[in-house]
Amino acid sequence: MELIEQLLQYTLSGLSTGAIYALIGLGFAIIYNSTSIINFAQGEFVMLGGMLTLFFHVTLGLYLPLAVVLAIAAATAVGALFERLAISPLKDAEPIILVIITIGGSILIRGVAMLLWGKDTHALPMFSGDDPIILLGAAIMPQNIWIFGVTLIIITANRLFFHHSVSGKAMRACSFNRIASRLVGIDVKRMILFSFIISSAMGAVAGIIIAPLTMTSYDVGVMLGLKGFCAAIIGGMSTGMGTVAGGLIVGVLESLGAGLISSGYKDAIAFIILLVILLIRPQGLFGKGEAERV
Amino acid sequence: MTKIFGGLTALQDVSFSISACDITGIIGPNGAGKTTLFNVVTGIYDPTSGKVYYDGKDITGFSPEKLARLGLVRTFQGIELFGQMTVLENVMVGLHTRSQSGIIASALKLPAHLREERRIRERAISWLEFAGIADLAGMKAANLPFGKGRLLEIARAMAVEPRIILLDEPAAGLNSRETSDLALLIMRIKDAGITVALVEHDMELVMGICSRIVVLNLGHKLAEGTPRQIQEDEQVITAYLGEG
Amino acid sequence: MKRELMKFLVFAAAVLTAPLFLKGGYIVNVLVFVGIYTILAVALNLLLGLAGQISLGQAAFFGLGAYISGVLTATYAANPWVAMVIAVIAVGAIAFALGFPILKLKGHYLAMATLGMGIIVYIIFNETVDITGGPSGLSGIPNLSIGGIVFNTDMKNYYLVWSFVIVTILLSVNLSQSRIGRALRAIHDSEVAARILGVNVRLLKVQIFTVSGIFSALAGSLYAHTVQFISPASFGFNVSIELLTMVIIGGLGSIYGSFLGAAILTLLPELFRTFQDYDIVVYGTVLIVMTMFMPGGLVRGVPLLARSLLVRVKAGLSSEKSV
Repeated sequence: MELIEQLLQYTLSGLSTGAIYALIGLGFAIIYNSTSIINFAQGEFVMLGGMLTLFFHVTLGLYLPLAVVLAIAAATAVGALFERLAISPLKDAEPIILVIITIGGSILIRGVAMLLWGKDTHALPMFSGDDPIILLGAAIMPQNIWIFGVTLIIITANRLFFHHSVSGKAMRACSFNRIASRLVGIDVKRMILFSFIISSAMGAVAGIIIAPLTMTSYDVGVMLGLKGFCAAIIGGMSTGMGTVAGGLIVGVLESLGAGLISSGYKDAIAFIILLVILLIRPQGLFGKGEAERV
Repeated sequence: MTKIFGGLTALQDVSFSISACDITGIIGPNGAGKTTLFNVVTGIYDPTSGKVYYDGKDITGFSPEKLARLGLVRTFQGIELFGQMTVLENVMVGLHTRSQSGIIASALKLPAHLREERRIRERAISWLEFAGIADLAGMKAANLPFGKGRLLEIARAMAVEPRIILLDEPAAGLNSRETSDLALLIMRIKDAGITVALVEHDMELVMGICSRIVVLNLGHKLAEGTPRQIQEDEQVITAYLGEG
Repeated sequence: MKRELMKFLVFAAAVLTAPLFLKGGYIVNVLVFVGIYTILAVALNLLLGLAGQISLGQAAFFGLGAYISGVLTATYAANPWVAMVIAVIAVGAIAFALGFPILKLKGHYLAMATLGMGIIVYIIFNETVDITGGPSGLSGIPNLSIGGIVFNTDMKNYYLVWSFVIVTILLSVNLSQSRIGRALRAIHDSEVAARILGVNVRLLKVQIFTVSGIFSALAGSLYAHTVQFISPASFGFNVSIELLTMVIIGGLGSIYGSFLGAAILTLLPELFRTFQDYDIVVYGTVLIVMTMFMPGGLVRGVPLLARSLLVRVKAGLSSEKSV
């Protein structure tokens, strides 16, 4: 049955890009929960992850694992810097102002990347060669295994952090009630900085593990970022499994749509899902419905 | 009516009526559910159960804008002014339901629209005079001192020409002089034939101007009556002493 | 009131006489684009500056206006004026219909939804190759004409486009000072207070979104008929960001500021040839720096800055004297 094999193939590759969207979406959710900001620059950290790894590995000739570590560190530093310089000075700004600031940050980071590395598209080498593995008649790349593995590790680490570490619990407390958190002695400003650090690191990881499959360039952050947001919206901005499920749903639907309907409309699929969810169930598919998104 | 927030019952079977052309005070210790009550009545929250009637008509769950058109307005405890607009413009927005120029008439400055604008301005000024703040007309509302902001909010609500006005802690944050000015203003509103209901902590003000008082405690109605009856009510005294 | 009238008259007179001082040629061509972007920036400003509702999908209305006008005339040989009217009405209807669900959202969510709308429309321009010509664009769009005058030179197009700019600005200034404008500004400051006073917040937001769409479609139609060639690249996400930057430069709520923002961002690339390579860096920096340090935009910010500098200089002088 060729159709079934095809469906399997699309689903598998959809799950793998979906895992990436999930990671990006978690980044959105973490910042949103600690600050009520939707960080429009989230996608740029994904781009930075890929481009910086490329720079350290291909241009400077560093050993790949070292390049990856440096790339994550550098992207995270940019994230922290952005929070210190542009977000932290604005205390209680209106949402529109914050939207404009993070959009400004987003295109500034993108523009600097373009100046540094040009407009060309580059490929990062696969982590473990490019011999496909045949699974139930569908071919998957070793890189896909990397993606699933790394995503799983990060999601687990994320969960452990938020539920079992003091800092993680403090961050969750901030998301429930910022004033009360401050009263019990939690340093809210530091938690906000933390949330930017974690999100930009996660974004960078996502950008690194997907770069060998989809190529990377200075402007990949826009689409990846928006699809990650779509994942977070489906998940009701949860920092847990809702967003992961959201990412996988977007990835699979997009892959099936591109394969079975039209590849030209591939990107539109995620946005249509995004609009439908925003308009019909802004609290997400898994949310409880009491949260009003302002 | 009853209002429950995620398991927390803020109001439980509270029922009372406000009589027309009178000043009714709603009092109670902190957390008694006074502001919640106003929010339910003015359509900001939906009641979990129960009904709100206005002139014998069921208005439960009506949106605030619909209620305003029916003649029911309110003010806020923390005053909600349009900070970037002038004092006069704030009151002019209050006349929104009393005017009708649409987008096209406004953009083209049609003669009817210009006449209406003049009328809106004159009416707004007279409401500022009513509240005694006409001298501040050109000031940016965000720059007003708190007490004047309170008067502006009342003037703005009056511009809607309501039949009922609900004042949410109008004396909060005012000094004693401002409070006595406020009492006079509320009396003037009543004399204009408008029904007033106010939630208030300032007992002196409530006892001084209200003809009926409803006492809430912990989401229940504790007592209802004239100021004298309330002052002598054992339950009320216990509730307040218990808090004190 | 009087001052507004004076401002408008000075502006209109400057616009109408400007070509007398220019010897024609390239700069007039650039000014045609300044005009088109002024209409777009004013359209966004009505929504963002007045009502406080953000849209990151303005390029979609701009593009729809251009494509409806372009396809009707180039493919179906419709009269350009008729095409323009159809484009404006159709986009107005689309904006009105989309406005009800979309404007239920606020702040960040509204930004994301309008952004998504913009990208979907952009993808449609690219993919409906049979109608739009896809990425390679649509050519052969005729010029507008009145009687025997065909608007086929830069100078003629200047007067054509700027007549529309003047009308757009006049209508927008009138609107912002009217009952509707006040209600919109009230929504911006406190939605709940506006509702308590009986302002129909939902409908007004949709109405201003529609007006914004209509002006954007008008700009799109003018663009199609003056450039005579359109392709999706002119209506992408970057254009929406560029418009946002124009509004921020000029100042939220300042109609003439939008003209200033449009003029600066359109003239910059012409003055500095290499600007093309740096454009998004500049936009990003401008967005951040302006919102952080000059939230009123140039129109309000510069006089404020000048005044505070003056005060500081005076203070400096007097302290020197006292020493």
